[in-house]
Amino acid sequence: MTVPIISALALEPEPHLVANECRACGARFFGRRAACAQCFAQDFHQVPVATTGEVVAFTIVAFAMPGVPTPYVAATIDCGGTRVQANLLDVEPSPEHVHVGQQVRLTTYSLGTDSHGTEAIGFGFTPLEK
Amino acid sequence: MSSGDVWVLGITMTKFGKRPDVETDELAAEAALGALKDAGVTMADIGVLAAGNLMGGALGIGQQVQKQIGQTGIPVFNVSNACATGATALRTVMMAIKAGEADMGLAVGVEKLSGAGLLGGGASKYDKETWTPRGTDGAIMELDGRVGTAGMPGTFSQVGMEYGHKYGGVSFELFARISEKNHAHSTLNPLAAYSKAMPLEMIMNDIMIAYPNTRPMCSANCDGAAAAVLVSDAKLKTLDPDQRRRAVKISASVLTSDPYDEGCQVLPNINTLTRRAAQQAYEQAGVSPTDLDLVELHDCFATAELVHYDNLMLCPDGGAVDFFESGAPFRDGSLPVNVSGGLQSKGHPIAATGIANVWEICHHLRGEAGDRQIEGARVGLAHVIGLGSACGVHILEKAS
Repeated sequence: MTVPIISALALEPEPHLVANECRACGARFFGRRAACAQCFAQDFHQVPVATTGEVVAFTIVAFAMPGVPTPYVAATIDCGGTRVQANLLDVEPSPEHVHVGQQVRLTTYSLGTDSHGTEAIGFGFTPLEK
Repeated sequence: MSSGDVWVLGITMTKFGKRPDVETDELAAEAALGALKDAGVTMADIGVLAAGNLMGGALGIGQQVQKQIGQTGIPVFNVSNACATGATALRTVMMAIKAGEADMGLAVGVEKLSGAGLLGGGASKYDKETWTPRGTDGAIMELDGRVGTAGMPGTFSQVGMEYGHKYGGVSFELFARISEKNHAHSTLNPLAAYSKAMPLEMIMNDIMIAYPNTRPMCSANCDGAAAAVLVSDAKLKTLDPDQRRRAVKISASVLTSDPYDEGCQVLPNINTLTRRAAQQAYEQAGVSPTDLDLVELHDCFATAELVHYDNLMLCPDGGAVDFFESGAPFRDGSLPVNVSGGLQSKGHPIAATGIANVWEICHHLRGEAGDRQIEGARVGLAHVIGLGSACGVHILEKAS
């Protein structure tokens, strides 16, 4: 058994993010919304989000809340016109190795198992070119 | 003067820093009594009170203040609006006066944050024994640090990096130089929590919080309060010449929230609501950015100051780096920004900030700013923004 870290992470057939898209105006949201924040329509459907994208902003967090391992790279990624927040994985957390404009793709990893043996799956983005 | 105008009659801020000797309501009372004294009035003259205290967890800070300084049965509004809480208290009093509900009112903001460290977080709501999706995003555990960052430093760092991605020209050193400017400005401000100049190398070599912001490039948690007495135009005309002479006109008072924009729920868009607030404020006041003599903007992080040069239209679109490089925002430049030292050195007692920024502008417009006086200042702008988001902009003008 596996469970995604957030409901927007679909694991089958290949891992990808799923957004709730407003049928009226096309605005996309991660998570439930009562109505569209752009046009107030209440009809949504689920759409897959591109699994590759471009880093439009990043930070290297060196000092965080207790229990959060540091340093890590947090980034905002433009995935085909839909912005996604995630960590960058498999990259040295230093400004020499991360830059805006970097091309990245979705990847998943295990976050461990609960007392019933269910494995939690997390996600992040990794550079296309090392 | 024209009917409908609202004026700052009295305003004060406490010295920001560590105040272990007083409770939150006592600190607020200190600022409130200071503002009443500065205005030359008493609680008997006040018809409405708005108060904010964001992080203290107190219920009814306004009523607590009344118990410290005077209970007259007037309506109290307790406001909470992130880092724009103080500006919201001010605007609430202003609206009550404009609506004719009162001719004089008091706004108070107070915070005790010394030693608070990173803000945010709280007890975990997640079940560690059995992964159970919770909330509108169906998360099974804390997302901060696993799905990007939820922290303020990392969020505002990304805002600065995003500006660089759009327009180019930014670097760690550039952001550190903005911080160097504000720390240099703070040396002239006796009420600042930190008033030491910091050389560029010291800023860059300090502890990294979230690249590209090191510790001195982040707003300083501290204790502080600020308060203002506002008065209607009609009431002001009945007061003494000395009170009228020191009154400062609120030419614009604007509050905005975040309009929908793609991605704004992923990385907060602090730009659009600030730009809209500034546009509305310039229109209300009938002034343009070139008319401003000084600006106090919300430099909660050095990266934020850069983007707000652009958002407040102090420079052409995309021209924030050139604006800084021209020397304009230095205290001897063409448009001094954060001559108080800004949130990075003056400090950021959250709910007090939106009134303290207005106090700084008033201090200069009244010609009472001493060593750091911007000579001949007649028009100034005060800006705050809180994530979520809420943006407050006030334009103030010297009585003519």
